[in-house]
Amino acid sequence: MVELTQERTVDRSHMQVSDEVAIEIRNMNKWYGTFHVLRDIDLTVQRGERIVICGPSGSGKSTLIRCINRLEEHQAGDIIVDGTELSSDLKNIDKIRSEVGMCFQHFNLFPHLTILENCTLAPIWVRNTRKKEAEEIAMHFLEKVKIPDQAHKYPGMLSGGQQQRVAIARSLCMKPRIMLFDEPTSALDPEMIKEVLDTMIELAEEGMTMLCVTHEMGFAQAVANRVIFMDQGQIVEQNEPTEFFNNPQSERTQLFLSQIIGH
Amino acid sequence: MSDTPVTYVRTQMLDQQAPPTSEVGPVRWVRENLFSSPMNAILTILSLYVVYIVLSHVGPWIVNGIWNANSLTECREIIATTGDGHHSAACFGVISARWHQLVFGYYPSELYWRPVLALVVFLVGIAPVMFPSLPRKLYFVTAAAPFLCFWLLWGGSIWLPISIALGFGVGIVANKVLAEHVSALAAIVGVIVLPLIYWILLAGPLAGGLASVIPLEIEFVPSRSFGGFMLSIVIGLSAIVMSLPLGILLALARRSDLFIIKTCAVVFIEVIRGVPLIVWLFTAQLLLNYFLPPGSSFDLTLRVIIMVTLFAAAYIAEVIRGGLAALPKGQYEGADSLGLNYWQSMQLIVLPQALKISIPGIVNTFIGLFKDTTLVVFIGLFDPIGISNAIRATTEWNGIYWELFLFIGIMFFISCFSMGRYSLYLEKKLQREHR
Repeated sequence: MVELTQERTVDRSHMQVSDEVAIEIRNMNKWYGTFHVLRDIDLTVQRGERIVICGPSGSGKSTLIRCINRLEEHQAGDIIVDGTELSSDLKNIDKIRSEVGMCFQHFNLFPHLTILENCTLAPIWVRNTRKKEAEEIAMHFLEKVKIPDQAHKYPGMLSGGQQQRVAIARSLCMKPRIMLFDEPTSALDPEMIKEVLDTMIELAEEGMTMLCVTHEMGFAQAVANRVIFMDQGQIVEQNEPTEFFNNPQSERTQLFLSQIIGH
Repeated sequence: MSDTPVTYVRTQMLDQQAPPTSEVGPVRWVRENLFSSPMNAILTILSLYVVYIVLSHVGPWIVNGIWNANSLTECREIIATTGDGHHSAACFGVISARWHQLVFGYYPSELYWRPVLALVVFLVGIAPVMFPSLPRKLYFVTAAAPFLCFWLLWGGSIWLPISIALGFGVGIVANKVLAEHVSALAAIVGVIVLPLIYWILLAGPLAGGLASVIPLEIEFVPSRSFGGFMLSIVIGLSAIVMSLPLGILLALARRSDLFIIKTCAVVFIEVIRGVPLIVWLFTAQLLLNYFLPPGSSFDLTLRVIIMVTLFAAAYIAEVIRGGLAALPKGQYEGADSLGLNYWQSMQLIVLPQALKISIPGIVNTFIGLFKDTTLVVFIGLFDPIGISNAIRATTEWNGIYWELFLFIGIMFFISCFSMGRYSLYLEKKLQREHR
């Protein structure tokens, strides 16, 4: 686990949770074939919330956030993102996807395009931004993630940490209102985890609504306003971070925390 | 255990040094590749001996070849009078005497400029596709090239290729209008059905009407005049150019989630692939006319081009499907998560990568297709093999085999080898990992 809180203080001035609902999930169920992966998920995310979702592998946490931008289809219940209901309507799906940014465990950068092209692709084709303007936006966000000098290289020439930061910049170029992170640091060397987490903390400081599936408990303590623990496709416990870590209620949570913090 | 101390600290880092001379240059190459072991050395010497035997027999035959003879008898006389009597010599006279026939078949000799110009138009049209560094304006030539080449080769009224080209315009307009006002599915159906209706019902009369108002035409050349390498190139290149987009669409259709589209693609690919090409060529020759509207006589060469295209497309589709399957799922998800729609993600993310993976397989299929064009000899077309049969049937050149086949072989080798080289160039150029 990487310690963050000792090295920098997190600026909480912009981290405000508003009353506006960003994501509403009601009674959502999902099956893979006959296997019931997500069971009766109810979750409301307010704009500006930073939520960390943790749990053992196979608990459905990745599947949950992948349902939010329809990378996975849910079979029952409702998901409403930014007032738009997720259904099989392709127009709604594309609209939601362009409003919701996502970062993956394996970055999923496009290896045949340069870093800059990776970042300008969606603004140009989805938002119809002019190329020059899109490049300005891309450079702005590449500077923000501190790799503007790599703009003309290809993803394969960058380190894992750099690639993940590019992936974050690529999502930000679409000016999303919500960011989803699916284990963004799990494929990285320990040295690189910190640079990615720093970028994510900066994002949180600016008031971005974030849902992160991660095992970085230091990150959770530093920026999250809510931690959700999942097991067997269900939300087992959710609480604000200090309470969650110091005083977990369910036995399953206690066991999980003792296992990951014990080392 | 000795009592050497465990601690060790290097105080000075070593510089790089040049490798020993036996490890670099030609010496190393010869040692590693030709004489690395006694067995390898024996094999090297044995191979050199075999190469020597072959060359010492074939070499003089080619070098002493007679180029200026008008018949086999004349050629043999020249050999008997000038040769040393020990070595035989080739009668390449057949190539110089029948050069035009080997290249153009029975195309009217005063119109040879037309196929040559068509080839130039084709090369200019394909250039921006093959070498993206060329100016993008050349794509106008690319778009016009198929129709221009068609007109130059067959001749006739210019309004026919133009009215056929308009069919694509109909498709584009139908797609745009239906996608905006009806639905995406209607656009897909419309883009296929409307141009077909136009081509079958309207294109012919429209061309005829325009021709009667403004007659603009060059001499018509029937397909049976086509022959030699020109015919191979016309069939081969048209099939190559058309089968790639068709193959891509089939590959995408086969991976589609829509059951009907997927089933159609699977059935098409399996049926076409499961039957030998020669059977399809006979089908083209004999059966296809039964399926067409009565009265429409569809040119045999065009029918063959369509059949070879469909045949190659089925293979290309399977090769590209391999490329699509090799692409990590994350690439699709990355594109989806950014809000790109299906065609955008295919065009921008998936296909560029899948096609790159498939290049060796695609070019392999193209090379096979180009060589398979020689099968048309069996349905009576005069491809190089057919022409060589025809030449042998004349009294002058009755009994000549090796020289003609050697020539045809070399010509095919040059074409196929350059395709292979281009594929290597493309693979190297698209390499992104280790630059």
